[in-house]
Amino acid sequence: MWLGWSTGRRLLAFRRRLQLCRNVSLPNSARGAVEDGVLSKFRSICGEDGISLGEAVREQHGKDESVHRCCPPDVVVFPRCVEEVSALARVCHKHNLPIIPFGTGTGLEGGVGAVQGGVCFSLRNMDQILDLHPEDFDVTVEPGVTRKSLNAYLRDTGLWFPVDPGADASLCGMAATSASGTNAVRYGTMRENVMNLEVVLADGTIIHTAGKGRRPRKTSAGYNLTNLFVGSEGTLGIITKATLRLYGIPEAMVSAVCSFPSVQTAVDSTVQILQAGVPIARIEFLDDVMIDACNRFSSLSYAVTPTLFLEFHGSERSLEEQVNTAEEITQSNGGSDFQWARDAETRSRLWKARHDAWYAAQALRPGCKAYSTDVCVPLSRLPQIIMETKEDLIESRLTGPIAGHVGDGNFHCLMVVDPSDPDELHRVHLFTERLARRALAMDGTCTGEHGVGLGKRALLREELGPQAIQVMQGLKDALDPKQLLNPEKILQHKEQ
Amino acid sequence: MSGRVLVGVKRVIDYAVKIRVKPDNSGIVTDGVKHSMNPFCEIAVEEAVKMKEKKLIKEVVAVSCGPQQSQETIRTALAMGADRGIHVEVSGKDYETLGPLQVSKIMAALAKKEDAQLIILGKQAIDDDCNQTGQMTAALLDWPQGTFASEVSLEGDKIKVVREIDGGLETIKINTPAVLTADLRLNTPRYATLPNIMKAKKKKIANVKPADLGVDLTSRLEVLRVDEPPQRQAGMKVETVEDLVGKLKESGKV
Repeated sequence: MWLGWSTGRRLLAFRRRLQLCRNVSLPNSARGAVEDGVLSKFRSICGEDGISLGEAVREQHGKDESVHRCCPPDVVVFPRCVEEVSALARVCHKHNLPIIPFGTGTGLEGGVGAVQGGVCFSLRNMDQILDLHPEDFDVTVEPGVTRKSLNAYLRDTGLWFPVDPGADASLCGMAATSASGTNAVRYGTMRENVMNLEVVLADGTIIHTAGKGRRPRKTSAGYNLTNLFVGSEGTLGIITKATLRLYGIPEAMVSAVCSFPSVQTAVDSTVQILQAGVPIARIEFLDDVMIDACNRFSSLSYAVTPTLFLEFHGSERSLEEQVNTAEEITQSNGGSDFQWARDAETRSRLWKARHDAWYAAQALRPGCKAYSTDVCVPLSRLPQIIMETKEDLIESRLTGPIAGHVGDGNFHCLMVVDPSDPDELHRVHLFTERLARRALAMDGTCTGEHGVGLGKRALLREELGPQAIQVMQGLKDALDPKQLLNPEKILQHKEQ
Repeated sequence: MSGRVLVGVKRVIDYAVKIRVKPDNSGIVTDGVKHSMNPFCEIAVEEAVKMKEKKLIKEVVAVSCGPQQSQETIRTALAMGADRGIHVEVSGKDYETLGPLQVSKIMAALAKKEDAQLIILGKQAIDDDCNQTGQMTAALLDWPQGTFASEVSLEGDKIKVVREIDGGLETIKINTPAVLTADLRLNTPRYATLPNIMKAKKKKIANVKPADLGVDLTSRLEVLRVDEPPQRQAGMKVETVEDLVGKLKESGKV
């Protein structure tokens, strides 16, 4: 799409995309866009203090943790139960108002921006943990429940929900973006761990994707509606309950760190560890630039070379075996300084570099914003894509230390960029497009965990091809013919 | 020395729950509300289990005073590594008026009965915030006390305790037997894992009545009324500094 355009046109189009959002500073435009009659209907559904027109509240609900500009909605509503969500959706549907579901605003792809204005459904008041079945390893949660609060609730049961995207995100939001995390290599992503969803459709209809209250561990009943909505980023329906698969809290954990002479040897070790059948829980890669940043930020003294951070879960005896196997493999690949720790405090210290990576990257250039790229390729292509990406970074004069979930072939460049330098912003934008295309060329995907949101719609077309995109559009049209649910996300806008 | 440590664990409303006052202001709503072990008691259990893992003591006994459900709290302590439990049955009106004085009498009696070398309690409970049980227990037994402990080390028949106090940290050395109360930074309690929860089901919990220990549960205190804190009032925007000073003077704050 960008090929063949002149630089000037590209810059203009890019700027236009940044300005997709309507102007925030005109207070009257907000009230004008949603009639008072509709507002009073909202009030009668969720109460006087269940709706907000305040500028600060709207701005808060128009942005997430991505680089995309704030696109505030015209009004924010705070439903307290699924019946209220359904009633509000019916009103919006009748009056053709866009609906944007909002969890915790911790997304990374601009998914909550109200690019056509409309009504933000802030689901934070629906915060109940329902129906815990410890013997069946499942629990149902509402959208206001976050990952950390669920795990705190579960702590006495010996169970936990392991998908860990870093932020303390809403679990239903994580389902909507098909989130993943550092221990996906062992426990899977949201796609594997959502058993059932309660969804409110564009016209207010409430459905249960696997049937109401059902939670068998496996099923072959009909179309897989549950996984249709997982990753749909609010464009097919509003998730109001999620039934999640739980796991036993590991009996013991061991963390380890190992340095490598090159990216290739680090990735080779990863592949061999997986091939050896070690049920490794986390295997994280930090490149030399990142390690250097971490050394400076946390006053550590790791060798400034590609490094793997590993974590093993299991019983005491199985841990010993796992660690020994992993150590042998890393040594045979030229790894050095293999350190490992068993107790919580030392493990924390060993992994401190990885935990502080985000801040360490930002500290490289104080005053700058950080933005994380996200691509995923087959494991065997990882060394090549990382090498080419590092060369690109140098050529483009960009700061982008690399951290990756190397067990999944997924890595992030933590781009540190000066928000007041339009040329640098532009270089970052072009770099991320090249990176995504590089991943696509290697049989990969343009987004491993963060979702498509606002910024990757064109790349999605390239990734899937026109036929698959057409099928997706067909599904969208079937479920949301008026195109009200989170407009302009995932799929490019269809002229009505 | 018996090498036996008693750890008191209290069943309280979970820290993440939003507390609501009963409409008649007689207390707070507890029915159907999630309960769990008091966080400071978790720290106390963790410290005792760590001592046992380092082979400094031989047995950890978890004690809880309360109704039938207190057994769940003892089970959690057992899953964390305690060896056995003692459930002191207190229910109904007695449970509503149960406070540090009665609990400390119970702990003192149990300490003598079980020949305990050490009692570890949480520094306070998150429901009543009394911060009295440890101190009262020590007084009743005439044992030394190391309260607000953020670091504990056993040195022969003495204990070195680093205490968190207003001015900083105070280090004391006390004789055993002694009472310790755990502060926040003493340790990070472990999670109860499924295999350990399974094992805990086989550990013994003894049932005891306060009367068997010769303890009188009559309370000296009567709760008259429970109220929520006053609702936060909306603020006021002013245009200028003069307005601000004027409003402050009006409200008598300046």
